[in-house]
Amino acid sequence: MSDVSEQVFVDQSGPDQVPYGRPLDAEVARPVSEWRRFLRIFFQRKLVVFGVAVLVVLVVVAIFAPWIATHDPYRNDMSKALRSPSSEHWLGTDSLGRDTFSRLVYGARTALIVGFGTVAVASVVGMILGLLAGFLGGWVNAIIMRVMDALMGFPMLVLALLLAAVLGAGIHNVIIALSIATLPAYTRLMCGETLSVKENEYIMAQRAMGAKSLRTMVKHILPNAFQPTLVLVTSMLGNVILAEAGLSFLGIGIKPPGVAWGSMTADGYRFLEAHPQLSFAPALCIMVVVFAFNMVGDGLRDALDPKLRGVL
Amino acid sequence: MNEARATETRLVGRPQDAEVSVAVPANDVILKVEDLRMYFPITRGLLKRKVGEVKAVDGVSFTIRRGETLGLVGESGCGKTTVGRCISRIYQPTDGRIWFEHREISKLAEKEFRPLRRHIAVIFQDPYGSLDPRQTAGSIVGEPLEIHKMVRSKAEYRERVAGLFAKVGLDPALMSRYPHEFSGGQRQRIGIARALAGDPSLIICDEPVSALDVSIQAQIINLLMDLKEGSSGLTYIFIAHDLSVVKHISDRIAVMYLGRVVEITTPAELYSNPIHPYTRALLSAVCVPDPDIEATRERIVLEGEVPSPVNPPSGCTFHARCPEATPACKTTVPKLTMVAEDHEVACLRVAEAAVKEEQ
Repeated sequence: MSDVSEQVFVDQSGPDQVPYGRPLDAEVARPVSEWRRFLRIFFQRKLVVFGVAVLVVLVVVAIFAPWIATHDPYRNDMSKALRSPSSEHWLGTDSLGRDTFSRLVYGARTALIVGFGTVAVASVVGMILGLLAGFLGGWVNAIIMRVMDALMGFPMLVLALLLAAVLGAGIHNVIIALSIATLPAYTRLMCGETLSVKENEYIMAQRAMGAKSLRTMVKHILPNAFQPTLVLVTSMLGNVILAEAGLSFLGIGIKPPGVAWGSMTADGYRFLEAHPQLSFAPALCIMVVVFAFNMVGDGLRDALDPKLRGVL
Repeated sequence: MNEARATETRLVGRPQDAEVSVAVPANDVILKVEDLRMYFPITRGLLKRKVGEVKAVDGVSFTIRRGETLGLVGESGCGKTTVGRCISRIYQPTDGRIWFEHREISKLAEKEFRPLRRHIAVIFQDPYGSLDPRQTAGSIVGEPLEIHKMVRSKAEYRERVAGLFAKVGLDPALMSRYPHEFSGGQRQRIGIARALAGDPSLIICDEPVSALDVSIQAQIINLLMDLKEGSSGLTYIFIAHDLSVVKHISDRIAVMYLGRVVEITTPAELYSNPIHPYTRALLSAVCVPDPDIEATRERIVLEGEVPSPVNPPSGCTFHARCPEATPACKTTVPKLTMVAEDHEVACLRVAEAAVKEEQ
């Protein structure tokens, strides 16, 4: 990291200046690379480094779950029910004799699939709707934004609960329910950004040149308006994982053979005094992961916010 | 393109042609604007109830000959930029007619007008805001080529863009750089190259130098003048609030006040024989680069402020601030009247004087 910050100010590579025709107004030195500036600010905070580390571990665990897990997370063995932590079962077993550690490892998969799946669906749909509402305005804007207002009228978790109850349990339905519940945030953000980017003279120039609306939206508004959505996506990941845990805790999230930290917390709740690790271990996982995502989101926001340029 | 233009010209060349017989402009007229009006609605409340209008442009008429530069001057908020934006159809004018290359364009649907857009280019005021920060300089300049499908291959595209860079005095090696890596003057050159890309016959320069350093202003103005000399029949509408800049570049100057043109004439005539009281006040505000003269010269300082275009004064909009106003000025809207060759003024007092002379 130290060599990055040293290079930041000396990087002046780039084609040499050739005097061409009339004199250039000023020597053009390559300014500090945006990407390097971003990395420098992003990794300046220890908590962001921690968040990124947790994320990396989570992804690795989720991908290599079969190799990391010590037992089959789905196999019941009533003869081994409710064992305390030992060298064989590092975190003990639950009421059906399943290995808690292995279930935690597989739970990371669920958390990530729900998190990234929901965020991907909601952000893409939300960005398209927001872009259309902001750019076209008029009745398109009125219809889209009133629907979003209606969705926002419910607290996110209550809405997700309602939708999940209607759709039924299961990982796909959880993703759909949470996507709909979080959609207004993306739509509103994108709509607002579009409205502000739209006012720039370069968008007016598009019209003067004869560009069609679709071209202007995709080539000029989207690249200039998506950055805040990127920040929202990262902080939403934590929220969505938390919401999924909530739904699973209430028993309308992931269906029983599936493993989710939320349902594990709920299951262990009955044995809180004798076997506290059954509830605390998954709850701790949820907490650490949500915290890590929020830290990464904060770091990303600070690094991308042009208003903080030069301050950090 | 030239072929198409020739056909159009031939069509209009015959005044008996029924479709274009309405006020057929002379052959060398590239643009004719007649009674242009642009009112922006002021809305209030949830239901967007219209509570008033900003009369940004309120009845502007002028013609521009091919190859000419028309300077459009006036203080902030007088509607000069709006006139430019109506002609380039960034705004849909409220009323009035615009003929471009003998074709009435003010009411054309966007679909029909789109192919014509490349012939009317715009250079914007703000060299920072008018270039997309996430696009390379090369793709900014090449955009009109892409939009109007003017090139067949990537190689031809690159060649054309490099040619445009060279034309405006930029090193084509800078094509892959982003706008923030350029200085203000260079950015404006990129804007000019983009305007030239569509091979336009009319360029609307909307205060192209107002945001630049004085030393760079001269470079950009010379570039614009060189470009015009190097082409056949390139026409400019040059919008600015700085009279000395406009004097340098224009063949004729139109002075605007509160949405109307008050005087149109050649720069020499405007400086030697300004007639409209507003023009005279404007001219007296131009600084003289000689401290002795500057200290002693006479200045006409207008009283009051520019009235709001939401509720402009009746009659001649200038009457409240005019040192020569008569009661008639409050009720009658003055029309542009020819006072000499190439010199039109919209002032009742001038018309009065002319009548007296005749008697």
